[in-house]
Amino acid sequence: MTSTQVVLEAIGLTKHFPVRRSLRQIFRKEHSAVHAVDDVHLTLRRGRVVALVGESGSGKSTVARLLAQLYPRTGGDIRLHGASTSVNGGRGFRAYAARVQMIFQDPFASLNPVHTIRYHLTRALKIHHNTGDDLEAALHELLGRVSLTPPERYLDKFPHELSGGQRQRVAIARALGARPEALLADEPVSMLDVSIRLGVLNLLRDLKERLNLAILYITHDIASARYFADETLVMYAGRMVEGGDSETVTQTPAHPYTRLLIDSAPDPDRLTGNAGELATDRGNGEPPSLIEPPTGCRFHPRCPMAMARCTTDLPVRIEIGDRPGHWAACWLYDQEKAASEGVA
Amino acid sequence: MDPILEIRHLDVDYGLGDRAVRAVRDVSLTLHRGEVLGLAGESGSGKSTLAYGLTRLLAPPGVISGGQVIYHPASGEPYDVLSLSDNGLRQFRWAETAIVFQGAMNSLNPVHKISTQLTDVLKAHEPSMSEHTRQARAREMLKLVGISPDRMDAYPHQLSGGMRQRVMIGMALILQPQVVIMDEPTTALDVVMQRQILGQLIELRERLGFSVIFITHDLSLLVEFSNRIAIMYGGRIVEEAPAATLYRDALHPYSKGLLSSFPALRGPRRELAGIPGSPPDLAAMPAGCSFHPRCPRAFEPCSVTIPVLGRPDATGRTVACWLHPSADAADSPGVSVASGEH
Repeated sequence: MTSTQVVLEAIGLTKHFPVRRSLRQIFRKEHSAVHAVDDVHLTLRRGRVVALVGESGSGKSTVARLLAQLYPRTGGDIRLHGASTSVNGGRGFRAYAARVQMIFQDPFASLNPVHTIRYHLTRALKIHHNTGDDLEAALHELLGRVSLTPPERYLDKFPHELSGGQRQRVAIARALGARPEALLADEPVSMLDVSIRLGVLNLLRDLKERLNLAILYITHDIASARYFADETLVMYAGRMVEGGDSETVTQTPAHPYTRLLIDSAPDPDRLTGNAGELATDRGNGEPPSLIEPPTGCRFHPRCPMAMARCTTDLPVRIEIGDRPGHWAACWLYDQEKAASEGVA
Repeated sequence: MDPILEIRHLDVDYGLGDRAVRAVRDVSLTLHRGEVLGLAGESGSGKSTLAYGLTRLLAPPGVISGGQVIYHPASGEPYDVLSLSDNGLRQFRWAETAIVFQGAMNSLNPVHKISTQLTDVLKAHEPSMSEHTRQARAREMLKLVGISPDRMDAYPHQLSGGMRQRVMIGMALILQPQVVIMDEPTTALDVVMQRQILGQLIELRERLGFSVIFITHDLSLLVEFSNRIAIMYGGRIVEEAPAATLYRDALHPYSKGLLSSFPALRGPRRELAGIPGSPPDLAAMPAGCSFHPRCPRAFEPCSVTIPVLGRPDATGRTVACWLHPSADAADSPGVSVASGEH
């Protein structure tokens, strides 16, 4: 088993949520939908962290839920070890969940307040038949993995007796109880206090290395993606706009949206408040409606560098060429094609 | 610089008697005219309680159990906000000090138009103003915060989160207050919107000349946007310094830990550790320095005696840490009591 083995793959993943129609629309047979996710490709490999960065409403959480098979998809494919999988609850879902687990944003809501930590973890172990011979030992091992030691101190506590960071660790332990190959972490640290966020991220990284997990890290904080992830993908309005290894994407961003995102992030080194050459936003800082997304590139109404072509043609993935694997869906980088068209 | 708001030894408790939770303890802080003072801390550090305490907006069981808040109006004698009569307080609020609340997006009344809510403030504070002037003023305010005045008749649900936040800021500024307190004003917004709104706020401050107390947990944001930063931990101010000084050379181990809790976007990628442990429970505070159980550099006085906010050098910065004892002991107030409260 190599460390770069592909666990989970999304190919052209698409999700549209239907919108309630008025009577007139029903008679005219008009169908409108929220285009939450369109044509998303991503690959999770063992021992690698992929970050999915985007603003609220960009569809990043929908991608996680699609990958966890919590929603049926509208189009595209999800492949687990190369085999197309589509489960709809029941036994199939349970088998899928044994391999792909999800961690949610809010540890205050994802643990049941009337049950102890022991109950939460025991259920995860029993459902996935991972108790082994000794349940108690298995529980201790789980808590030990997430550095909640000594385990006896935490096992019989209720969620409200723990701090936010400890609760999120319990949620991670519960996900590990299924012995998954892939973890989908949907903003795992954004609800936690700043001083303990890094502790949880470092724990996830440590687990990734020890258990050879594939992790999808969803976040709105591109700086934490740089810190934690090997590969970073940027989403805007339901589409992926840029991808590559984290260092390249954050240091030499190619897509105008990624530049805007990076320049907007607080940067203590800037100190003055308004430095001159920041990426600008032609719009009012808001993403577009996803019911009728803009034609062509979805970022063109806000893009400072929009060209005529951007309003009509949907940009394809174009290799940037500075580093292998760095691509952006932006017509700015389509030099060869532009040149060839100019000749013709 | 002349001070505009002086907080002197403010104590705020929740509850009464022995079981009271002491959320803010002995906080002294001065806001100067025209500056942005950042107040950073984690949840439960007492930063919001401090804001509510100094504007006397605390809901029971919150009690101000001691201290003074001296306000220096543009003209006239300074007075203590905490001893204002109800009527005086009504005059003081909004006209002198306005506050933009945490989650301000949800502070607008959903069943009233934006225009009604904006003019309502004017109706209450300047009853002699004509309806026409009020409308004009509200329009002007919306334009100032970057919303087209034709949205005057919109209801809050018709506006996006960022626009609602702008309306709230406009509403806070409509009476041209001297002091604006912002309690996590952009936490619920995306980074792009956050930068736009903060940039606009800084611009407005330069134009209108008000002072800002900016409360947030995001220290990296404060370093960029404020002049001075005070860091709170466990209800006390542990360090106060100019933003650049604090960023380059934080003295208190907690400030250092907080600064290294944010991964950087630029520069070398380094291994960061955050701060071990979790924030203290205000109902059961550790003896001595409240940070000592998490502090990597704790030594023997830390667990016994509460450190005093003192000046470690001549630059005017202050820190409450035994590692950096005050250079001039005479300046420190007499609070160096050994903590034997529990």
